[in-house]
Amino acid sequence: MDRRKSLKAMVAGTVTSGFMFSGCLTDSEEQVANETPTPEIEESGYGRTPEELARDKELYSKTFFNEHEMATLAVLSDIIIPADETSGSATDAKVPEFLEFIVKDMPHHQTPMRGGLMWLDHESNKRFDKVFKDTPETQQLEIIEDIAYPDDVKPEFLQGAKFFSRLRNLVATGYFTSKEGIEYLGYVGNVPNVWDGVPQDVLDRHKLSYDEKTLNECIKPEERNEIANWDNYDLA
Amino acid sequence: MSFQIKKSSKVYDICIVGSGAGGGMATKVLSEAGFKIALLEAGPNFDPANPDQQTQFKWPYESPRRGAGTSRPFGDFDMAYGGWEIDGEPYTRKNGTKFDWFRSRMLGGRTNHWGRISLRFGPLDFKRKDFDGKGDNWPIGYEDVKPYYDKVDKLIGVFGTKENIPNEPDGYFLPPPKPRLHELYLKKAGQKSGLPVIPSRLSILTKRIDNRRGACFYCKQCSRSCSIYGDFSSSSVLVKPALEYDNVDLYVNAMVREVLTDENGKATGVSYINKHDLQEYTVKAKVVILAASACGSARILLNSKSSKFPNGLANSSGVVGKYLHDSTGAARTALVPSLMDRKRYNEDGVGGMHLYVPWWLNDSKNLGFTRGYHMEFWGGMGMPAYGVGFGMENINGLVPGKDGQMKKPGGYGLDFKNDVNRFYGAIVGMAGRGESIPQKNNYCEIDPDVVDKYGIPVLRFNYKWTDEERKQAKHMHETFEELIHNMGGIALGNKPGKESDYGLDVPGRIIHEVGTTRMGDNSKTSVLNKYNQAHDVPNLFVMDGGGFVSQADKNPTWTILALAWRASEYLTEEIKKMNI
Repeated sequence: MDRRKSLKAMVAGTVTSGFMFSGCLTDSEEQVANETPTPEIEESGYGRTPEELARDKELYSKTFFNEHEMATLAVLSDIIIPADETSGSATDAKVPEFLEFIVKDMPHHQTPMRGGLMWLDHESNKRFDKVFKDTPETQQLEIIEDIAYPDDVKPEFLQGAKFFSRLRNLVATGYFTSKEGIEYLGYVGNVPNVWDGVPQDVLDRHKLSYDEKTLNECIKPEERNEIANWDNYDLA
Repeated sequence: MSFQIKKSSKVYDICIVGSGAGGGMATKVLSEAGFKIALLEAGPNFDPANPDQQTQFKWPYESPRRGAGTSRPFGDFDMAYGGWEIDGEPYTRKNGTKFDWFRSRMLGGRTNHWGRISLRFGPLDFKRKDFDGKGDNWPIGYEDVKPYYDKVDKLIGVFGTKENIPNEPDGYFLPPPKPRLHELYLKKAGQKSGLPVIPSRLSILTKRIDNRRGACFYCKQCSRSCSIYGDFSSSSVLVKPALEYDNVDLYVNAMVREVLTDENGKATGVSYINKHDLQEYTVKAKVVILAASACGSARILLNSKSSKFPNGLANSSGVVGKYLHDSTGAARTALVPSLMDRKRYNEDGVGGMHLYVPWWLNDSKNLGFTRGYHMEFWGGMGMPAYGVGFGMENINGLVPGKDGQMKKPGGYGLDFKNDVNRFYGAIVGMAGRGESIPQKNNYCEIDPDVVDKYGIPVLRFNYKWTDEERKQAKHMHETFEELIHNMGGIALGNKPGKESDYGLDVPGRIIHEVGTTRMGDNSKTSVLNKYNQAHDVPNLFVMDGGGFVSQADKNPTWTILALAWRASEYLTEEIKKMNI
């Protein structure tokens, strides 16, 4: 029996048969849950309340960035997070799609993002007589170099640098919360497991150790499924 | 008038308003004593094992906003339906003051997402006035509550260690988990400054306590409410078992408006708005227990006006809503360079810190403030969520790159991508949570001009910190910097100064608000007697944090649970003696 299955069994063994509702009051959520799941419920997928689900749907039904903006964002996303030998790029991880959603979810990003893209095209036109996405990469990077280091920006590029910092934040977050990005980062949790302290080689590397008191007091993995017994527990 | 209040002829023994810690405990104890109970909850039914509601084990990419806090303030996966702002349920503030009121509308209320920090108040905490002359003593002492803390520990489960620290009473502790790497750093740093860095005390089952609930499997997601009930939430641990028997009727989406009274001034039940049909209903009961949260219960009492109770129910003292107080809070983060480029392994651990620092300066007389704070920590290689990778330009110029050269902060490309990787797990955070001194002038009252979407008059807050709290926050920041220095860390951001109240959080932000229906022996200066029973109305009780005389620097939940158990036993006896 794998761990997931045993979890399910554990839950099934402890859940009660249902709640009682009295009088005129009914709980519509409960009723829905008893019926065959509709596509809406599957769509919800991450534990949404009906209000939250409705809001998600509304956001999905709208479009913010136009095609040109989306194409520019794709170029920019991969400049910020390119692929390497072992991991994909921001567009591989669908970061532009995340950007489209997040500006609808957080409208305070909308004007700075749209305006920032306009700023960038203006700058590119001025320098190279082409919008940003259509200039060669070396020229694109010439502009990016001027706005990617907020502590070292010429006054005329300050607005561009502000935009780029915001974009870098959002692209990074979009990437490192994607499946690919999490793998690249090496996060290995979010699974049922047993914590038994920092691995010994890591302790050694940091010149740290668990003292005797800690080792005696802390939970021993093999005892975690025993039921606590207070018979010999001495509390003043 | 077409609007008609719908009355049911059934009369319950007890009506309980609110299913959080206090209401859940009252429901459990009183239903087991054989009473017929109506439990009213303003939000929907909730079970963390219900797949439609569950967020445990969801990945950030399962949310289109990657878990951001747009609709739930602590993020998409946090298990509180509500927040500081709820559509259609406003509150107001007066005199330019600030107070933020967090509400969670669901079975179990805020216990579904809370930090599980389960600290007993100590002997000093009930009698602070005896030592600093400020505020008021509780009418009870540690010895009155201790037996109930003991019972709560055994019923619900809490891990920790026996430390024998005078004002930090030990309990029936399950074994704690081993500290994480950054926590070992903090322990060493704290010891250098003489701070007691000890295992935290959280209501999470590192070991089973019965056959009903599973042992913790270390996903760090207690804030999402545990689907095997390995942590404490009132809904999973208290209400759900009580519902297995016939004594409890649960009313969900029932927004209570007021307590009803008869011509003798006794409570006869409550009226509530059914959120589905927006009609008003009544529930009749011989006893009413409010446990709608400190401010929620005060609001119900103040809205329960009649010719007999023109200032609201149980308010002959005029104290209902007064003495509102939250914990103080301030926080700082740091980069710890020696934690960069870490080896990856699963260090999720339990939901929250494995070590903390209890207040260590009770004997110090010259701090400029007299109440203490405890310290909480966070850090480690946690699951990424919205915000990961933000602000790299604030940290990647602080330390040399892999080539040993300092670099210009910011950047892009593979070098930037690699930087996010290098700094992952190297940021440590710390926070102080302190005791404020309750003030009569910090209060909630009914706003005469505003109602919520259910037509119920809303609360208006007036709250100001005093210099006691500001000086405490200043001290917190000095301690943070000392610890960061001891760890070889680099403090991030600026140390907040006087102009920003030393980084003191806005009241209400720590979500420990209590005190609005405080207990006392004198009915002229308190709302409840020492058993959480209203002085003015013998069959009315308040069993949430409202009864607190003072908050201590401890999180209130464990004390709410202990006092609700104590009050429920008292109520049982009083009914048996025909006193109620």
